[in-house]
Amino acid sequence: MISAFFIFNQKGEVIISRLLRPDLKRSIADVFRIQVVSNSDVRSPIITLGSTSFFHVRVNNLYVVAITKNNANAAMVFEFCYRFISICKSYFGKVDEESVKNNFVLIYELIDEIVDFGYPQNSEIDTLKTFIMTESIVSSATAAEESSKITTQATGATSWRRTDVKYKKNEAFVDVVETVNLSMSAKGNVLRADVDGHILMRAYLSGIPECKFGLNDKLVIDKSEKGLGDAVELDDCRFHQCVRLNEFDSTRTISFIPPDGEFELMSYRSTSNVKLPIKVLATVNEIGTIGVSYIVTIKTNFDAKLSASNLVVRIPTPLNTTNVECKVPNGKAKYVPAENVVVWKIQRMQGGSEVTLSAHATLTSTTSKQVWARPPIDVDFQVLMFTASGLIVRFLKVFEKSSYQSVKWVRYLTKASGSYQIRL
Amino acid sequence: MSQGQDAKLFQRGKIQEFRAELLAAESKDKKFTKRKTVLKKIVANITMGNDMSPLFTDVVQCLGTPLLEIKKMVYLFLVSYGRSKPDQIHLVIPSFLQDCNDRNPVIRALAIRTMSYIPIPVVTEAMTDQLRHCLKDKDPYVRKTAAICVAKLYATDPKKAERGGFVEMLRDLLVDPNPTVVSNAVAALSEIGDRNDGVTFKLNFHVANKLLTALGESSEWGQIYILDSLLRFVPDDTKDAEMLAERIIIQMQHANSAVVLTTIKILLYLMNYMDNRKLVDHICKKMGPPLVTILSSGPEVQYVALRNILLIIQRRPTVLRNDVKVFFCKYNDPIYLKLAKLEIMYRLAREENAREVLAELEEYASEVDIDFVRKAVRSIGRLAIKVKPAADSCIQSLLKLIETKVTYVVQEAIIVTKDIFRRYPGQYEGIIPTLCENLDLLDEPEAKAAMIWIIGQFANRIDNADELMDDLVYSFLEESTEVQLALLTASVKLFIYKSSSETAKQLVHKVLKWTTEEIDNPDLRDRGFMYWRLLAINPAVAGEIVLVEKPAITTDSDRMDRGALDQLLLHTGTLGSIYHKNPETFIRGAAGRQLIDTPALNQTSRQMLVIVTHPNAPRAPVKVSGPGPLEPHREKQAPVRSDTMVETGNLLGEGNEPNVIEDEEEEGEEEEALSPHVKLEQVSQDPYADLDGVFGSHGDQVDEPQSAVSQASIEDELERAQRQRQQTSTGSEPAKPKRNGTFRQSIAAFNQISQLGL
Repeated sequence: MISAFFIFNQKGEVIISRLLRPDLKRSIADVFRIQVVSNSDVRSPIITLGSTSFFHVRVNNLYVVAITKNNANAAMVFEFCYRFISICKSYFGKVDEESVKNNFVLIYELIDEIVDFGYPQNSEIDTLKTFIMTESIVSSATAAEESSKITTQATGATSWRRTDVKYKKNEAFVDVVETVNLSMSAKGNVLRADVDGHILMRAYLSGIPECKFGLNDKLVIDKSEKGLGDAVELDDCRFHQCVRLNEFDSTRTISFIPPDGEFELMSYRSTSNVKLPIKVLATVNEIGTIGVSYIVTIKTNFDAKLSASNLVVRIPTPLNTTNVECKVPNGKAKYVPAENVVVWKIQRMQGGSEVTLSAHATLTSTTSKQVWARPPIDVDFQVLMFTASGLIVRFLKVFEKSSYQSVKWVRYLTKASGSYQIRL
Repeated sequence: MSQGQDAKLFQRGKIQEFRAELLAAESKDKKFTKRKTVLKKIVANITMGNDMSPLFTDVVQCLGTPLLEIKKMVYLFLVSYGRSKPDQIHLVIPSFLQDCNDRNPVIRALAIRTMSYIPIPVVTEAMTDQLRHCLKDKDPYVRKTAAICVAKLYATDPKKAERGGFVEMLRDLLVDPNPTVVSNAVAALSEIGDRNDGVTFKLNFHVANKLLTALGESSEWGQIYILDSLLRFVPDDTKDAEMLAERIIIQMQHANSAVVLTTIKILLYLMNYMDNRKLVDHICKKMGPPLVTILSSGPEVQYVALRNILLIIQRRPTVLRNDVKVFFCKYNDPIYLKLAKLEIMYRLAREENAREVLAELEEYASEVDIDFVRKAVRSIGRLAIKVKPAADSCIQSLLKLIETKVTYVVQEAIIVTKDIFRRYPGQYEGIIPTLCENLDLLDEPEAKAAMIWIIGQFANRIDNADELMDDLVYSFLEESTEVQLALLTASVKLFIYKSSSETAKQLVHKVLKWTTEEIDNPDLRDRGFMYWRLLAINPAVAGEIVLVEKPAITTDSDRMDRGALDQLLLHTGTLGSIYHKNPETFIRGAAGRQLIDTPALNQTSRQMLVIVTHPNAPRAPVKVSGPGPLEPHREKQAPVRSDTMVETGNLLGEGNEPNVIEDEEEEGEEEEALSPHVKLEQVSQDPYADLDGVFGSHGDQVDEPQSAVSQASIEDELERAQRQRQQTSTGSEPAKPKRNGTFRQSIAAFNQISQLGL
């Protein structure tokens, strides 16, 4: 169990400190500062010294740190740190030194609520917000009744939802967001292509709505059931706490009572039939030791009605590059010496089109023996209304006892950031 | 989303100022804003580590204000300083008691929670009565808070908790209608049961089933506590194990990776008690995808998953068998992920995927992180040894790497090449000239020793072996022991091959003289004497002994012992699984786990069983009266406690250390008795030693958890490791068990000869 919880800033100063069990003293913070914050080569998120283990997660130059003295459930400790960060985000937007200091009293209140004696407790954001507020509460008799409603909810079977939610207009927004991870060899063979998908939902629905969610008809969730050629195959999926797993197990229907507001309904992974929206063809030639020539072609591989936006192509250059001349018909290409890359930005690209960059890098002579490691080309992009896995939302049904009409919206987004790589 | 504006309060202040401000706030403080501000400043100073305890009485005064926010801050102050003010704490007790009886459940819970955080007798005394009420409070929020309070009370004063009947009350909460109360009660009981000095916490099938009913409705954390407690259920019947497994298998679809890993832990545990092959296969198949999915979480959780996958695939090889691709490193993965993935890639490599794996490894060998590059190169060599059909292409790629002339790449490549020679005798010696070209690049002992071994072993094929050796011997006295040992053996081999060569004769003479006269290291000196006599008595027989055909090495010793694996997998998801060590070996007071032998335990698991002997002898169960989930015919499995054990436990508590050492020795004997193959490997008493050996015994592996652990205060662990390292370094051949064999052989031969000669 977690014995102490700290937040450190980049300088190693403690900005939140809460001891949760009597087996540690506050001075333990100094050990972490020396071992991790002032250590330039930290190579593990967990450090164990004696019986004491330090778990840390970094967020915007802050260290969120949990310390344990026993054989702690490491996955749980990290999940707890992640949860803490997402709660903070939901309460005050950004999590950085400024915002933590601005809300430190609130943070202490939150910590007291979401972890007790090192055991993580109910941490559903929606419920927390009903009784840990930024404005002052007066403890009076009238509050007592209100409170028991809250406590029943906070400990009950649908701890994620209040019972008294009311909206004039009942709406539900579904966002399917897919991140494509690609690793392609220099010869154009796909070494690895997979989709990391998330279905995010914003539910503004009154009462206790019972929802049923449907995806593609030809959807294969268990790989062992393989057979259909063009089916969308999900290797695995994970659901929000609210989804009835037993029902999914027996009938493959996703049914749930959603939390109020925004939440991640489901995440999934797919590795078969991945449609790669962007193709990259690169020819890179090292001209002796004096230069490197580049010809990089980007092709969009989807319907012409759609378009890719915010394309950023990062083309690596050798460390001893002095200058790069680039020619591009579309967008802007610039050599960034600090990162040893040429950054090529394209605002928008229609489906089914292609553009080519040609460039020449001039090198200085160097004494280093090591050959250029040739890091991969990396492409970031976004394509709206396109899913690389082929996943489609077929229906979202809402049943509520007052049987109101509800409006549902679905959006799709496929993107890559830092993980769409083509080796040279 | 409202932004607080408290950052300006986050600065150091003086006790005097705060006291004055608090005093001033007592009058004319509409809406208590002044008081709130001062308290916030005080909390900020507590955070920064300024001692605010002198303000105790002043802060306590603020409890009179009806603002919940102020109350919470005062309570936070009390949690921080209550322990250091036992003489003043009585001032707040009335206020605590009042709050414990507030109409608002949130306040009641807050009060009992805060009191239980102050572990001093006055507060504990006042709390016990309140706690009893709270455990039966009509509001579930209060009950769930009170459940954890029992664990706190037990940590402070176990006797009081037992005498007060709190453990029984906690047990009754296991059947509470509210899922959160149930899961917190489970968490508290588990903690108490893990202490090894009093109550034991076991589940019977009936209760385990009841808990599973609460599982579906629990919060994610509650699910973890409940799932975790299932380890306390020991199936007597394979049917029970199978049924439980079927009920929890769907939890692997949960979004929280800790729920997933805990579920996997329980499934792996239950599989030991199943005999339905089909079900076991089904579970294994279901286990892969959720594990892979965790790899799209944050890097920290990925790391936890990867370290666990490494264990799981050794025990259940069908899991992830075809998924080596998902473990290919991303360019921007943190280094600890890359290293963890590398080990898994090696383990999943086989003939069918060797080509892809090799292509990846080659890619990694050109990256920038030195540690990663070295391990990649080493993995190429290991791959050659593991997968025979891939050996050719692995050698090709090692040669390419050697051509780069990057020192650490070359050194690493040479180290593995030596092993490849031993694995495939007579196949790749053609590359020796290429290796010899890079002699000057070697500056690390391990690489140097490997190269010297190669020169010595194949001195008959290297034309200028004597010249090379002559150069190498030049700095003999400055070399490390590892290199000196290699030089000694190599020069003897050289002499045997080329006994006609004058250089070789001089060389061996020089080296033997140095080792026997100038060197202090007994290993080296003894070996020097041994060779000297061998050569002096009968060079021909000496040749037979020294150049005896070496058994080819295999990668079998890479795998962890099955029994040890079973035991380690009971800690899936925890720190122990990350360091691949049983927690009781590196965490003080951690509870060890083992499979319990019942009729349901399957045959192989039983044969491999590794016994953990607890410092405390098994205690006789004592029946506890009172309501609760007791089943008449299976009483012994219900939570039981024994009063007598508390005393013995405390007595033993102090002298834990010597006990632990004894246990380990016993464990070693146990293993030997059980499986003959362990006997051969007496060198590696530590059942995990082999796993760490996969990537060699590099001292500079920063991420290697063991290196962090070895800084621990567990001296015997350290000592053992050291002993082992010494043993390893004394040998000239890489494969530990075999080396021992040849060494013993040569000693036997030596004895024979000396008998004949003298």
